Amino acid sequence: MLTDAHCCFQAEVEETLKRIQGQKGVQGIIIVNSEGIPIKTTLDNSSTVQYAGLIHQLVMKARSTIRNIDPQNDLTFLRVRSKKNEIMIAPDKDYFLIVIQNPSD
Amino acid sequence: MEIVHVYTKLRSEFGRQCLLSDRPAELLVDVPPDPSLALQFTQKTPRDQAAQACRDMSEHQVNTERFESESCGINHVEGGWPKDVNPLEMEQTIRFRKKVEKDESYINSIQQLGGVSDHCIGQNNSVDIYPEYFEDEEEVEEIQEPASAKTINVFRDPNEVKRTVTGLSWHPDGGRKLAAAYSCLEFQRTSKDTSLDSYIWDIENPNRPEMALKPASPLICLDYNPKDSHTLVGGCYNGQIAYWDTRRGSQPVEFSSVEQSHRDPVYKIIWLQSKTGTDAFSASTDGQVLWWDVRRLSEPTERLVLDPSREGNLDRALGAISLEFESTMPTKFMVGTEQGVVVSCNRKAKTPAEKIVCTYDGHHGPVYALQRNPFFPKNFLTVGDWTARIWSEDIKESSIMWTRYQMSYLTDACWSPVRPSVFFTVKMDGMLDVWDILFKQNDPTLSLKVCDEALYSLRVQDNGRLVACGSQQGGATLLEICSGLSTLQKNEKSLLAAMFERETKREKILEARQREIRLKERSRSEQSRDEDGGRDDGDDSPDQLIARAEKDFYSVVETELRRRRDQEDQTNRMPSQQLLLRNQEVQPKPWDQNRDQNQNQEQPELPHDKQEQDGEQLVYK
Repeated sequence: MLTDAHCCFQAEVEETLKRIQGQKGVQGIIIVNSEGIPIKTTLDNSSTVQYAGLIHQLVMKARSTIRNIDPQNDLTFLRVRSKKNEIMIAPDKDYFLIVIQNPSD
Repeated sequence: MEIVHVYTKLRSEFGRQCLLSDRPAELLVDVPPDPSLALQFTQKTPRDQAAQACRDMSEHQVNTERFESESCGINHVEGGWPKDVNPLEMEQTIRFRKKVEKDESYINSIQQLGGVSDHCIGQNNSVDIYPEYFEDEEEVEEIQEPASAKTINVFRDPNEVKRTVTGLSWHPDGGRKLAAAYSCLEFQRTSKDTSLDSYIWDIENPNRPEMALKPASPLICLDYNPKDSHTLVGGCYNGQIAYWDTRRGSQPVEFSSVEQSHRDPVYKIIWLQSKTGTDAFSASTDGQVLWWDVRRLSEPTERLVLDPSREGNLDRALGAISLEFESTMPTKFMVGTEQGVVVSCNRKAKTPAEKIVCTYDGHHGPVYALQRNPFFPKNFLTVGDWTARIWSEDIKESSIMWTRYQMSYLTDACWSPVRPSVFFTVKMDGMLDVWDILFKQNDPTLSLKVCDEALYSLRVQDNGRLVACGSQQGGATLLEICSGLSTLQKNEKSLLAAMFERETKREKILEARQREIRLKERSRSEQSRDEDGGRDDGDDSPDQLIARAEKDFYSVVETELRRRRDQEDQTNRMPSQQLLLRNQEVQPKPWDQNRDQNQNQEQPELPHDKQEQDGEQLVYK
């Protein structure tokens, strides 16, 4: 039973990710855990590893910055807009979701 | 005097609770004031003294040595995997990942994060955050800001013994790199320790040159191949030509053989336009211009001796100091010589005698720089002695426009590649002048002191904004010119064309007049010779000529001093008409009758000057 519930929950996760991937301009999604290990990815291995490692450090830094300024505050979302694309990072307690998108302008 | 108070307590009473009781006050010590002691002190009021119970400290400032930093990246290697999982083994990693995916917290957090990300992605897609609102609006009239330039970077010679930056060349693709040739041009001043290297600098990094070029003899000039940005050709102090490919390292790929090269330092080398893209030509003070194919530097493909008598005689050849080549006119080129003569040559002539087309004699000293105007190739700029002159190809007698004699020697000049009326000059007192002849002709539009030592070379980058100039102590300074001087103004080309035409026409008229006078003189002298039988009338003895020259010189100096004094009194007063000051303030209006009238008024003064030249010519016959 537990496995059944898990399966349908897992399917929901899959559906969520598919929906995000299907949005216009999205180039890739990576899910990274709190240790920097990429759990799920739609990009190739080398890019994934690179993104996971670098962005993990960036999120830690951003979070500590927000916390240092106001201890009650916390990081909810991080967007890094660059010349070629935009990297959106949604952090959570244990995981974070990285979406790389090419904005349509 | 000892003040002592004794506390006693019986041992047996230790630890007992304190029982406090009231007691009347008791005077323990009374220290009355002693007036006799006061005699040792003087009254001083008010007294202002700050006292602080802290340690004495002193403040020093120290300037540390320049910190050289280098930035490099780190390669991320997978880490963070728990100890039991080997990151290289696919099976273990997949298993680990699957395990995590089954975790409940994972599912919850992803669902929540997914919602948040969705929202933001949608934001990106729905709203164009940076729209162009006022596309159709007309361009606003630019406010004339005062001309300015600012120094961006200084690239210093990293060696102990500083050498002069004698040649500069910008990288053809975008100009992110600057090649500088270093050598010591003073005769026999180079010591054994002087490095022979020349450097290629990345303009973003002034701390260290990007690459060193190591010739066998110091480089005087170098040039990037405009077609192939990896190859450079350079001319050495000992007359050899060297060819580099930056992909192949610092050593030259090939050297020309010593016997076939120049006998004097190679002062200028330029790449040519050719199908193979491997041709270059060089000039040196030994009087030769040599053409080379860089694939085979063992001997030059062609040789030209700059003999004005067109006999190919090396002894009478003029030493070449600068070369000019415009890719839009591939058959013609010009050479500036040490004797102050500019020689215009045709490459396609059949015989060497016909190669030299004509000469332009205008400077008193070596012509250090020579360049055609990129927009008006018929007009070229020369720099030598203390003036910069603009010439028209058709007028061979004199330049059509020239600056007044500057305070120090001009060493290099070049046109701006974006604005046809702007050119830059550098002087031996370390000043960089920017001249805009449509704006002001008497003085430079902008004068900057770049450094304290003499500047020897100058190059403008193709975008017209960055200027590099090299100094005697090995410092190449990079300056950025303000946008007013580096963007094409409205009607600039047509105005400048009109100006050049006007000046050319004026010179033609003067030339014609001068010829008339000379004819008259000759006919007069012939007549008087018939009358007096043998006495040369037109001949002035050398002493008289010297006396006249001295008188002219002193009058010129005096007028200059007077002018400066006048200028100090009244800054706005226009300088009085001098013998040397021929250019008038330009108003961009078309050629009209008023000009002709002014012309006629000027004429009576000029023949005096021209007559002197005639006199000299007659003597030297």
